[in-house]
Amino acid sequence: MMALLLRDLRLSIRAGGGAMIGVLFFMAVVAVIPFGVGPDLNLLSRIGPPILWIGALLASLLGLDRLFQADREDGSLDLMLMQETPLVLTVFVKCLAHWLSHSLPLVIASPLLALFMNMDALSVGATALTLLVGTPAITFIGAAGAAVAVSLPRGGLLVSILVLPLTIPVLIFGAGAAYAATQDPSPFLPPFLYLIALTLIFAVIGPLAAALALRASSD
Amino acid sequence: MRFEAQALSARRGEDLLFRDISFTLQDGEALVVTGPNGSGKSTLLRVLAGLLPQEEGTVRFADGAEDRPAREACHYLGHRNAMKRELTVEENLSFWAAFMTKEGAAPGMHIDEAAESVGLSGLTHLPFGYLSAGQQRRMAFAKLLVAKRPVWILDEPTAALDVKADAMFAGLCQTHLAEGGMLIAATHQPLGIDNVKALVMKGFEYGE
Amino acid sequence: MTDQSLAITRFSDLANPAKFIALAGKLIPWLAGVTALLFAVGLWLCFTTESDYQQGETVRIMYIHVPAAWLSMMCYTIMAVSAVGTLVWRHPLADVSARVAAPLGAAFTFVALVTGSLWGKPMWGTWWVWDARLTSVFILFLMYLGLIAFNRAMDDPSRAARVSAVMILIGFVNIPIIKFSVDWFNTLHQPASVVRMGGPAIDSEFLRPLLVMAIAFTMLFFTLHMMAMRTEIWRRRVAAMRRIAARSAAAGQEG
Repeated sequence: MMALLLRDLRLSIRAGGGAMIGVLFFMAVVAVIPFGVGPDLNLLSRIGPPILWIGALLASLLGLDRLFQADREDGSLDLMLMQETPLVLTVFVKCLAHWLSHSLPLVIASPLLALFMNMDALSVGATALTLLVGTPAITFIGAAGAAVAVSLPRGGLLVSILVLPLTIPVLIFGAGAAYAATQDPSPFLPPFLYLIALTLIFAVIGPLAAALALRASSD
Repeated sequence: MRFEAQALSARRGEDLLFRDISFTLQDGEALVVTGPNGSGKSTLLRVLAGLLPQEEGTVRFADGAEDRPAREACHYLGHRNAMKRELTVEENLSFWAAFMTKEGAAPGMHIDEAAESVGLSGLTHLPFGYLSAGQQRRMAFAKLLVAKRPVWILDEPTAALDVKADAMFAGLCQTHLAEGGMLIAATHQPLGIDNVKALVMKGFEYGE
Repeated sequence: MTDQSLAITRFSDLANPAKFIALAGKLIPWLAGVTALLFAVGLWLCFTTESDYQQGETVRIMYIHVPAAWLSMMCYTIMAVSAVGTLVWRHPLADVSARVAAPLGAAFTFVALVTGSLWGKPMWGTWWVWDARLTSVFILFLMYLGLIAFNRAMDDPSRAARVSAVMILIGFVNIPIIKFSVDWFNTLHQPASVVRMGGPAIDSEFLRPLLVMAIAFTMLFFTLHMMAMRTEIWRRRVAAMRRIAARSAAAGQEG
């Protein structure tokens, strides 16, 4: 399993450059927001956490369609399906590698972008923390979508459409917790704990559903 | 060890591709599946490898007394090589060796040794994408050597190969059979292996 | 006349990667030495000159910020010239030059953005404002990163060269926007004060270290650029040799 993790990490930093494109997309999305809403720093600092969350959500959906498709195209997926290792575990490790290479850079880049949004230190920390905890949920549930769309020639957009509604709870609690950290009356902990719960649930459901879909779509 | 298929039939979409195919392989036996295009050779192999569900029938693999799921005993080499262009040959092979060898099982051949066997020693440091089609195919054979599996399921194994590589490949198969392995191959060309069973697929009918 | 013919021979000499590597091997130690010397003098001047009566010690950030910002634009201009070289003359080194300049440009732009933020926090009370100058520089940064990502995604450099040249030229629109944004728009960022009609608008006390640092940064850029070009040429040779190795192994099999 370690071998699979290392292989997927290597692939993500070699010639495709997939990991970097996600971060670039994240930066670009966040950078266009002030053009839309105007450069009012007070407004930006208020909407900063949700903007970062939406940006991170879109950016992490971006690379998900390749999660299984690349392996399907060169036949590796066939061999993975045949192994004694439970397919769920294989999918889980692939998700983990994908999160490390595609979503973790987003989490690391988020404090930098938060400065552009004129967010204060507490808000920056809360947003980065919620992203760290919440983005795995997006990857795990996205894996299910990627597995469903794996045999479709233009599955990329479809993955986003399938997965986006499922990620709404993650967005609600993630952005909610990040927001609550700065607004005094609303407590930070309850939405944050919900977020952790969601990640744990999706960590189970996502790979299970993806494994089922991969078995069914093999042809 | 016994690899056994009983009364297999499979569909592709709505069409029944073949039905009632049965055969048994013992240690050191090979089965060559021939037949015209579209007769269901590839489908049969994918059913045997557990990649497609069969319509009816069973595929069994028995090691000693107990049954194991057949797919776990098999190597499957399809039309695609299952290697990553961006990674070096060595990274590719060591990944599959680690991924396919379960803990405690006997390790397969060393990577350099396997590359030597397919006649490409000294190229393992190159990215897989740098190799020519024939070299890629041969490196895909090396994948069969670095992890041990008793049954090899090969779909058109010699398609991209020249005469010399053909002979090399036949030698590898002979060695595998001599060690008590089994081999199921779909092919148009003779493989150059003696002592094989033949299965001719003719669309609906089949004869052994 | 002789000068010109000499220049042309030199230029066509540069077209040959092997000669370029020989030249680079000779030049790089000198360039590196001059750069180190200039930085030593520049940094010494930076810390010994008086601080500003309004800005206090933070004025010293300018000695890094302004040269880095200049370099970020100059680097893109060099890339654009190289892109023209790729498209018009198909100069073999033009693509190498454009390709390796992108990470350098991104680094200088990043330094400019970071130092600007560090200066902006005490002076303007915020790390960042979305005014024309800052935004256009940020877009420049994104363009650099985009070009790097593009170059990495294309594994065949000869195919990538012309496409990325077109992209570089399209992006060049941004450079005049950055340069004149402080004049065209009413921004928080102060207008140009060194290179302008009617002489520099800052005191020579600050001008001296600034100019030395600017030259030092420029030399640093050229040193790094030349080293990176040499590395890139070597990298391409390694790739070519690997292909030859794969092919000759096949030939050995046949024979």
